[in-house]
Amino acid sequence: MKFSRRNLIKSFAALGSVGFSTSILAQDKPNPNNLPPNLPEWTPDLGAGVDENPYGSPSEFESNVIRRNVPWLTASPQSSVNFTPLQDLEGIVTPNGLCFERHHGGVAEINPTDYRLMINGLVDREMIFSLDDLKRFPQVNKFYFLECAANGGMEWKGAQLNGCQYTFGMVHNVQYTGVKLSDLLRETGLKPKAKWVLAEGSDTSGMTRSIPIEKILDDCLIAWAMNGEALRPEQGYPARLVVPGWEGNMWVKWIRRLEFGDKPYMTREETSKYTDLLTDGKARMFTWVMEAKSVVTSPSPEKPILHKGIQQLRGLAWSGKGKIKRVDVSLDGGKNWRTAQLHAPIMSKSLVRFTLPFEWSGEELLIQSRAIDETGYVQPYIQELQKIRGKNSIYHNNSIATWLVSKSGRVDNVRLG
Amino acid sequence: MYVWVKIVSALMLTSLILTFSSEASDRAFNLGSIATSQQVKGWDIDVRPDGVGAPIGSGTAFDGEEVFAEQCASCHGDFGEGVDRWPELVGGDGTLNTHDPLKTTGSYWPYASTIFDYIYRAMPFGASQSLSYDETYQIVAYLLFMNDIIDDDFVLSDQNIGLIKMPNQDGFLLPDPRPDVSNINGNPCMENCNVPVKIIGKAKDIDVTPED
Repeated sequence: MKFSRRNLIKSFAALGSVGFSTSILAQDKPNPNNLPPNLPEWTPDLGAGVDENPYGSPSEFESNVIRRNVPWLTASPQSSVNFTPLQDLEGIVTPNGLCFERHHGGVAEINPTDYRLMINGLVDREMIFSLDDLKRFPQVNKFYFLECAANGGMEWKGAQLNGCQYTFGMVHNVQYTGVKLSDLLRETGLKPKAKWVLAEGSDTSGMTRSIPIEKILDDCLIAWAMNGEALRPEQGYPARLVVPGWEGNMWVKWIRRLEFGDKPYMTREETSKYTDLLTDGKARMFTWVMEAKSVVTSPSPEKPILHKGIQQLRGLAWSGKGKIKRVDVSLDGGKNWRTAQLHAPIMSKSLVRFTLPFEWSGEELLIQSRAIDETGYVQPYIQELQKIRGKNSIYHNNSIATWLVSKSGRVDNVRLG
Repeated sequence: MYVWVKIVSALMLTSLILTFSSEASDRAFNLGSIATSQQVKGWDIDVRPDGVGAPIGSGTAFDGEEVFAEQCASCHGDFGEGVDRWPELVGGDGTLNTHDPLKTTGSYWPYASTIFDYIYRAMPFGASQSLSYDETYQIVAYLLFMNDIIDDDFVLSDQNIGLIKMPNQDGFLLPDPRPDVSNINGNPCMENCNVPVKIIGKAKDIDVTPED
């Protein structure tokens, strides 16, 4: 067997835990023999043929680009969350295998031939639809971000988690294929008294949320595909609810039922959770929309600056109230700002990519970004939110983060005050 | 009599078919099938704050103590105090406006119906919808009793679950007041802005970030 890095990585992987990760092997050990004028080790040999990996997967040298969780956050991995590695992604499409997961009772495994969606309550006809039925309705294809209301929730009291992934990664952005609920309701009819919908999942948690009828008729979908392929099991296969711009908890996965009623249902998720506790002990309820937010994905704690000179700062912005109009970036902690370039397409309720080139000569930086959406709303500082909501809200922290760049190029999540 | 039943049901069936076929013409795509009442009954398990949807059944805290010990205590503790990181279900009175609020079924949950709905649909964790209606009423009664909301001999049932007044029922604010910050005119400061730039905390000093 010819000795190569490729085989070395494989043999270490076969050994199991060897004390250092493949990412170190893969990325941090350059081999000068591969560099000009030498012949690189991958050139003489035949590579893998077609069908060796019929579905396809990322390069083994990208093995560090994965979802990660914070084990101490939750009691069990079946009722937990992990985070999208935003720092490693480009453009605005989140690859399906990297979309963060949030489950309340693990991933339901559903045979699509046994899938049914029931619509009952204040409709003219209580009906049941198979997946094939749903796919025969007029189809829409739309990009939307999905953000957990608790994204950044650990940062209310101070800078806690030292990573872009852990502080902003409860968001993803994919193209959904599905049917508009307004079209489905043309089949069932709707009684005039119907004001609320209970959306219910068929997983073991029986996830349920109440949604006002106006939103349902406006832009909600039942989706069966993401980024061109069937939904991933962890994203609700074979069908999920899409509630554009509103908190991720409402996007019920593995959806089995929509009940129409005249009042909200006050489920566990919308009373004991996903309510925003204020300093006086009262809590806001039904705070659905995700307000404008942005993050610098590089430089970031996972993406230190490696070289002096020209840098391409990049980041993501989004708003649940429409399109992002502008993103500003500061390198001095918010004293002075310059406007970043937004990259098309700029779509409503979708992530938008921004970049800003800058020169770095080894000085300390305090990097911030702030999004402005088409309503004129400006992404706030945490102090503005704390002044109104206190520090116990958990949810809906859309404040500006600060990355401290040290003279070494190291980047840390810090709080200014 | 048997004949009459047959005739009546045949008539009913005919009228149903007529109804459906006339309604089918209102349908835009003629997709899907009509759900039978039995199909709906099997899946329509939600219970609303006013008690609508509560299944027939009843239970007392006295009976619930044993059920709770068997079905719930391994995660939530014998008295709802919580084990490891599993949720505490009891206590927390007077903590909601403090720095360390404890949100339990007693201190925070606004409706008893929600406790029933959630326990029946999602608990015990990993064995959802395995409790009987009576067992669920018993467990809810036990939780309400431990939170000093009812007595241990109070018979909680479909008839009165919508009437239970929870301590924090009036603790929730509607509608959503956002945007609740001042800068909503799209024109933030661009130069020499008066903002604090002193570093008052670093995540690396807290040291709770998972190592890769």
